[in-house]
Amino acid sequence: MEGNRKHIKNRVAFLEAKVPRYVPFVGIAALILIWELVCRLGLVAPLYLPAPTSIVAAGWELFTVGNFIQDIGASLYRIVLGYALGACVGIIIGLLLGFSRWAEALGSPIIYSLYPIPKIALLPLIVLWLGIGELPKVTIIALGVFFPVVINTFSGVKNVDPTLVKAAVSFGSNHYNVIKKVLLPGSLPVIFAGLRLAAGTSLLLLVASEMIAAGHGIGSKVLHYGNLMLTTKLMVGIAVLSLLGLLFNRSLQWLENKLLPWK
Amino acid sequence: MRVVIDGITKTFRDKKGREVTALNQIDFTIAQEEFVVLVGPSGCGKSTLLSIVGGLLSPTSGSVYFDGLAADHPEPRLGIVFQEIALFPWRTVFDNVVYGLQELGLSKDEIKKKGQHYIEMVGLTGFEQAFPKQLSGGMRQRAGIARALAIEPNLLLMDEPFSALDAQTRTLMQEELLTIWNRTKLSTLYVTHNIQEAVYLADRVIVLSRHPGQIKEIIHIDMPKVGRDNEQYREQFDAYAAQIWELIRHDAADALKEG
Repeated sequence: MEGNRKHIKNRVAFLEAKVPRYVPFVGIAALILIWELVCRLGLVAPLYLPAPTSIVAAGWELFTVGNFIQDIGASLYRIVLGYALGACVGIIIGLLLGFSRWAEALGSPIIYSLYPIPKIALLPLIVLWLGIGELPKVTIIALGVFFPVVINTFSGVKNVDPTLVKAAVSFGSNHYNVIKKVLLPGSLPVIFAGLRLAAGTSLLLLVASEMIAAGHGIGSKVLHYGNLMLTTKLMVGIAVLSLLGLLFNRSLQWLENKLLPWK
Repeated sequence: MRVVIDGITKTFRDKKGREVTALNQIDFTIAQEEFVVLVGPSGCGKSTLLSIVGGLLSPTSGSVYFDGLAADHPEPRLGIVFQEIALFPWRTVFDNVVYGLQELGLSKDEIKKKGQHYIEMVGLTGFEQAFPKQLSGGMRQRAGIARALAIEPNLLLMDEPFSALDAQTRTLMQEELLTIWNRTKLSTLYVTHNIQEAVYLADRVIVLSRHPGQIKEIIHIDMPKVGRDNEQYREQFDAYAAQIWELIRHDAADALKEG
C-alpha cells in the first residue's frame, strides 16, 4: 500500500512564495557594484560615466563647500508650492465636476481638450506671459499636476457607489456634506493614483522650467554642469533628483496609508 | 400618527422608449407601531415603492405623507436600511452608526450615548472601531440597522435587508429584528420576496402583483407578534404562507420566464 500513495501538492505555491526582506537591496547594490567595477577597470572614460564613489565624493564637496543646498531649496520651494496648488485645485474642481451634472456638461469638454497638450509645450508661452521669476515655474508645475488630479478625482467621484450617496442624503446630509463626507473619501483611492501620476510630471516640469530660465535650482545646475562637461557633478544632480522622486513617492505612500486605513 | 401612501403611480420609459407602468395606484396606510411587509415577485416594483416612500425617488403621481402629527412637530425622520447595506467603508462601525445623529447636529455627549445604546441593542459591542470591511455580512447589516434606529425615526424602512445573507444568518437576524422591534415599536415598512419572512414579521402583509405593480391583496396576520415559529402556530403560519404563495405563484412563474 505504502508504495501507492500519491500526495497532492500545492501547485500554486509560487503565488505566495516568501521573499526575504534584504532581497530588494541586493538588486540595487549589485547594480552599483557592477557600475563601480566597469569604471575602475577603465572600460568607460570618467567623462562619460563617472564611478559611483567619485559621484559621492563630488556630492559631498558640492554640499559642504559649494551651495548646492541652496539650489535644492529653490527647487523644493517651486515643486512643493506648484504641486500643492495643482493638487488642491484639481481635487476641488474634480469633486465639483463629478457632483454637478451642470458643471460636468460645462467643464469636462474644456478639461478634456486641454488635457492632451504636453505641458512642456506651454512653457515658452508661460514665460512670455509671466516672465522668468518663480511664478511661471510654479504655474507650469501646478498645471502639470492639475490635469491628472482633476481627471482622476472626477472619475473617482463617478465610481462612488450611488447607494452611499442615497444613504447619506436619507440620513440628512446636504449637498456640501455629501461632497465632504461621501464623494471625497469615496474617491480618495483614485485621487491618490492621480497624485502619484502627477508626482512624476511635476519633477519633469520642475527640471524643464529650471533649464529654460533660472539661476538657481537643480535643473539649472544639471544643465550648467552638462555644458561645462563636468559629468561627475552633473550626475550628483541626477542622483539628487532620483532621491527626490523616491522621497516624493514614499511620502505619498505614507499619506495614503494614513488616510485610507479602511482599504 | 399614520403614514399615508396615496395613489402612488410610477411610470418610466424602457430602452425602446415604451412607457412602462412600474406601480399603479398604490394606496395604503401604515399605522403607529405597525409592521407592514410588502411582498411580491421580482419586478413588481416593491423596492421602487420603498424608494418613493423613503424620499429617494419621485413618483409620477400620488404622494406620501405623515398624517396626524402635531403642528409644531419637526420634519418627520425616515430611517432606511438598505439592501446593499451601504455602510460608508471609510467610517468605523461607530462613526457609521452615528452618521445620522451627526447630521442632526446633536451634541458630542448625546451622539456618544445614543450611538453606544444602539450598538449595544444590535449586539455590536466591541466592534465600534472596526471598519465595515472587517465584519461579516450579518454584522454589517446589524450596523446598518443600528444606523437607521439611532436617529429614532418616525418611519423605519427596510429594503430586503437580509437578502444578501446566508440562510442561517438570515434566520437569526429575523429573530433579532423582532426582539429589537419589540423594544422600539417603530412604524415599519419592510420589503421582501421571502414569504416566510413576511409571515414571521408582519402585522399586515401587502401582496403586490406585477405588470403593472399593484396591490393584489392585503392580509392581516392574526398571530401574536412573538413566537410565531412555535409548534402551536405551525398550521396557521403555513396557511398564511400558502395563501400568499397562491397569490404570487402565477406572477413569479411569469417573472421567471421573462428573466
